[in-house]
Amino acid sequence: MSLLFRGRQQASSHKVSVMQRFFMFFADHFRQGINSLGELYRMPFASLMTIGVLGFSITLPSTLYIMVENTEQVTEQWQQASEISLFLRSDVNDTQAQQLIGRLSSWNEINSVKFVSSQQGLEEFQRLSGLGEALDYLDENPFPPVVLVIPTSKHASPKAAADLLDKLRKEREVDIGKLDIEWLERLYGLLSIAKELVYLLSTLLFFAVVLIIGNTIRLNILSKRDEILVMKLVGATDAFIQRPFLYTGFWFGLLGGLMAWVTVTCILIWIGWSLDAFMQQYQIQLDITGLNIQALVFMLLLSVFLGLLGSFLSVQKHVDEIEPK
Amino acid sequence: MIKFEEVSKTYPGGQQALSKVDFHVEQGEMAFLTGHSGAGKSTLLKLISLMERPNVGRVLINGHDLGKVKRKQVAYIRRDIGMIFQSHQLLMGKSVFDNVALPLIIEGHTRKTIFKRVDAALEMVGLRDKTKSLPITLSGGEQQRVGIARAVVNRPPLLLADEPTGNLDPKLSMEIIRLFEDFNSAGVSVFIATHDLGLIARMKYRTLTLKGGRMITDGLSQQGGWS
Ligand SMILES: Nc1ncnc2c1ncn2[C@@H]1O[C@H](COP(=O)(O)OP(=O)(O)OP(=O)(O)O)[C@@H](O)[C@H]1O
Ligand SMILES: [Mg+2]
Repeated sequence: MSLLFRGRQQASSHKVSVMQRFFMFFADHFRQGINSLGELYRMPFASLMTIGVLGFSITLPSTLYIMVENTEQVTEQWQQASEISLFLRSDVNDTQAQQLIGRLSSWNEINSVKFVSSQQGLEEFQRLSGLGEALDYLDENPFPPVVLVIPTSKHASPKAAADLLDKLRKEREVDIGKLDIEWLERLYGLLSIAKELVYLLSTLLFFAVVLIIGNTIRLNILSKRDEILVMKLVGATDAFIQRPFLYTGFWFGLLGGLMAWVTVTCILIWIGWSLDAFMQQYQIQLDITGLNIQALVFMLLLSVFLGLLGSFLSVQKHVDEIEPK
Repeated sequence: MIKFEEVSKTYPGGQQALSKVDFHVEQGEMAFLTGHSGAGKSTLLKLISLMERPNVGRVLINGHDLGKVKRKQVAYIRRDIGMIFQSHQLLMGKSVFDNVALPLIIEGHTRKTIFKRVDAALEMVGLRDKTKSLPITLSGGEQQRVGIARAVVNRPPLLLADEPTGNLDPKLSMEIIRLFEDFNSAGVSVFIATHDLGLIARMKYRTLTLKGGRMITDGLSQQGGWS
């Protein structure tokens, strides 16, 4: 609508149907979006650098985050399989031990029971410690018979397992009962600190990304100064002038996000290989859960958001500053 | 159409460019603004197109006080004024077509309208065969005419020109002025700032003369003259 001349014919007062207007809106945006992409293509080196900064800045926290998540999952597995070791009194002989095992097997909190006689304990220690024959010189076998109790999954949580342990300790033959989950709790503490660090690091990196995109867009704006002046002279609004730069920010974000996705996937595959070998020694089943579609979408959204935010802040400030004089 | 009420403009450096300028150009009128270099002609036009704001006094267009126009509205005001600049102000990296189409694209016209109007505007200034050329490949006079086509393409009710014949030969200058006369006879108010006294002398239009920022004459060109 004309501000100065009432009734002056302008684009908005022409007879264009709503449908047509709607279609034009999308066609315009599509064309401008493609134009901005073409602009990036015309300066491949500068564009790649910016996309690279964005990509790597998202790769690092994403990878760390996935590692922490996976570690957490693995330790959950371990905790589920928590084992209770019952060290029997040294005067308990094998028959008595078998009787105990018989009784325990009928408990419904218990999944399975395994007996390690003092002789077996000694042999195993000999094998693992490498002390070998040195132990033959001992007068007496110092290893007590041990019963390993695996609770059912329902009773495997730290609290339920602790209750079960109390109950087992009351058995006559049991000397010491141990449920070793302290180290797990410590690991959990460490993991939560690691998580906080990942969040902190991400925040800092994302902040840096916004600044870098903002600065790149600022340079773009300054290099188009003359063009912007002319557009303002013939009546372009700030919003109209800002739009292509916002699209540039969008493309930076999208391409940076895709790049981060590719790098993270590569890193995970590579880590997967070295982990496989390691885990096989410990017979731990670990499938690194990498990037599913959800994570990919989240990463892209985040990246596009950062790109848009950087360019938004930049255009708000710098397009304003260019005024024809 | 254009009304100045006791307008003074002092630039930030302390340079007084206009002092107490007072005049009124009627709707549908065609008028010239002249004066020595540095007299304040460009400054006066910049006050109309909101590139500068006056320190004292009021500028009105069609009865609307420009002092009340907010920053956000400036763009819309400029769409109502066709402006031709002393330095052509073309997009050097874009074709003649894109340059002339710019005001229409900004206003959001359909492609069909854009093609039709750009074609008509280029036809008017005699540059239809240069549609795809880049402005750098054109002569000064041709660039000036691209600027004119761009100024009239969205059919503004008011046309401002700052030295539109600046680097044109007398024959071409006359042609450009004839073009303005055509717009004027179609109802457009035209206000032209120029050094070219010979050109003004050949026509009987109202001429406003500035000297050192003051309006010294306001009348027909025969009585005019600032030397
Ligand atoms: N942006 C500015 N800052 C400070 N002083 C300025 C500015 N623009 C113009 N001036 C001064 O204001 C006075 C009027 O300038 P203006 O450009 O209006 O003159 P003019 O009549 O258009 O001259 P010319 O015929 O050479 O184009 C001059 O003395 C000039 O130095
Ligand atoms: Mg001037």
